[in-house]
Amino acid sequence: MSDRSTVVYYYDGSYDGFLCCVFESFSEKEQPAAIYDMYAADQLSLFGAKMIETTPALALRVRDSIPNKMGLEAQDLLEKAFLTCLRDKELCMLRFMRLGYKVGRGICSRMTEPAVDTLLKAVKHLEREAHLYLGFVRFSECGGVLISEIEPKNNVLPVIAPHFLNRFSGEDFMIFDRTNKVALMYKDGEHVFVHADRIELPPESPEEKEYRAMWRTFYDTIGIEGRRNESCRRTHMPKRYWRQMTEVKHLI
Amino acid sequence: MNAMDTMEKLRILTDAAKYDVACTSSGVDRMGTRGQLGSAAAAGICHSFASDGRCISLLKVLMSNACTYDCSYCLNRRTNETERATFRPRELADLTIQFYRRNYIEGLFLSSAVVGTPDYTCELMLSVLHILRREYRFGGYIHVKAIPGADERLIRELGLLADRMSVNIELPSNESLKRLAPQKTKESILAPMTQIRNSIMENKSELVQYRHAPQFVPGGQSTQMIIGATPETDRSILRLTEGLYKKYALKRVFYSAYMPLVEDRNLPALDTAPPLLREHRLYQADWLLRFYGFTAEEILDDAHPDFNPLLDPKCNWAVNHPEVFPVEVNRAPYELLLRVPGIGVTSARRILRARRETKLDFDGLKKLGVVLKRASYFITCQGKMNCRIKTDDPAVLMGILRDRGLPQGGFQPEMPEQLSLFQPTREDGVKCLTGQL
Ligand code: SF4
Repeated sequence: MSDRSTVVYYYDGSYDGFLCCVFESFSEKEQPAAIYDMYAADQLSLFGAKMIETTPALALRVRDSIPNKMGLEAQDLLEKAFLTCLRDKELCMLRFMRLGYKVGRGICSRMTEPAVDTLLKAVKHLEREAHLYLGFVRFSECGGVLISEIEPKNNVLPVIAPHFLNRFSGEDFMIFDRTNKVALMYKDGEHVFVHADRIELPPESPEEKEYRAMWRTFYDTIGIEGRRNESCRRTHMPKRYWRQMTEVKHLI
Repeated sequence: MNAMDTMEKLRILTDAAKYDVACTSSGVDRMGTRGQLGSAAAAGICHSFASDGRCISLLKVLMSNACTYDCSYCLNRRTNETERATFRPRELADLTIQFYRRNYIEGLFLSSAVVGTPDYTCELMLSVLHILRREYRFGGYIHVKAIPGADERLIRELGLLADRMSVNIELPSNESLKRLAPQKTKESILAPMTQIRNSIMENKSELVQYRHAPQFVPGGQSTQMIIGATPETDRSILRLTEGLYKKYALKRVFYSAYMPLVEDRNLPALDTAPPLLREHRLYQADWLLRFYGFTAEEILDDAHPDFNPLLDPKCNWAVNHPEVFPVEVNRAPYELLLRVPGIGVTSARRILRARRETKLDFDGLKKLGVVLKRASYFITCQGKMNCRIKTDDPAVLMGILRDRGLPQGGFQPEMPEQLSLFQPTREDGVKCLTGQL
């Protein structure tokens, strides 16, 4: 393998696109110095740049090889790792896959290998954040639709979507992820993910205001003054989540 | 008198319920039904954290605080002058639904003072659950308190609609109960506990026979007790706890550090601080009973009836048992790994898994989440030890390992159980929050 560390891959930011980068790297026997999402990259340097096209057939070949060679757990780990905010996640995933093709199904038990450890930690971070959002999402009712905004570090929406679709299957709702500019929309029993730069909400109804006020009353009353513990509250509910939370946003 | 508005009732009945400890929504996995509202997640979900740092998962309120009884430690007692309120069943059911739709809560935690009679109180609570489950088809989590002294039939009906039931054991001994809660007896408290346990067991065999038999409290039974209001030792409390887990198959025992709210010659003075460190130690020990294979007798004995304020109970056990250590992490069985301070349930499992593929060294252990700052005095890695001072002198070790009392992040008895088991053992500060020792 030539270590032409000057070559940089650009792809379309999709998981399939990433798999095509993997294919390219293996078939060309080269290790890219970086793999960038061409839509998210700050600058495109043309020097040493390679535009990797997304070819579904190639992506599928790589996709199938993962469970075959490294097992289902590795497949799950890679798909989740792709949603994380890990820096250079594509390179880290490529590194993991190189090791995976070599050692096979035991790959996920090699938790002390840096290539595995890095992905595990990033995915744990994603899962933790996703779990917090199961509780921290706050809906407001606007004209019969429940609407919520979140600002996660990771791309948590695909992870939390099944939970909300299941729990609120009788409602119409939307969750907008400001960071990744994606919204999950659910109406009349069908859901879609759409890209959106921002959302605008109609002013809240008197009824909505009343429930918010009651929730704040509950929140303000339930804490025991004699046990007040700010650092504990912030450890479990870091301030960056507060902006979207009805009961604490006025405290920031 | 004017009808009080819902906001006012909510304030009064939340205030009256806030000293109740258990707010967990764990133990039940129920998928939502298409077109209906609600589901339950076995791991439990915290929706917010209050100013005291405790997890808020359920809408925790009393049905009513207009009590006929007169327990001396309680603000709702008949002879105390305080604002009184009682929810109308539909009012509370609607509030629960509206909070739930906005994702404020996992469900409802309903308890009550004794309004008139235990039976009448139960009937009020039952109508709330009826409206929620039968009329609104609500699939979220419901935890309900059984009212001691109520008719068995009512308790059974409550149990068929709720996910979890609890009976407060209130105080850690019968004598204390007699002195402070004259209308309650050990028998009246244990009777519903026994009934709930039996119903759960019968229900299990029914479910084997008929898959669609109605479920009786699928999330199990829990209890709580006040500590520090009465003179019991830590050892007797822990043994009581162990007995409760064994005899009544409880899911959880919760402890509540007594906070003096009322003047009474039988109670600690009003300016007594709540024994938070003691409460914390009890939760740590409780964790050892449930997940680490310890017995109450191993943790505290005749010679040491109370917790060491300087060391968590697991460290305390380890420094007093030098004959067990050091253990070789590449070979030691799971049960033994669990006894090492700085190795929790998660890291022990990861060690087992990782060592099948590779030989572990200290750097690897760190990656697996072992807290070497503690563990290194008790383990070897491929035969080598790696600590600043080699000693098994309890006094020296105690000095090294002592904790600074309550963890800075506080302790979370209410954190979802599953989650806390796979929590990373990061730095000390974060680790303590989950009960990992
Ligand atoms: S029965 Fe319950 S609410 Fe009533 S006084 Fe006793 S502890 Fe308080």
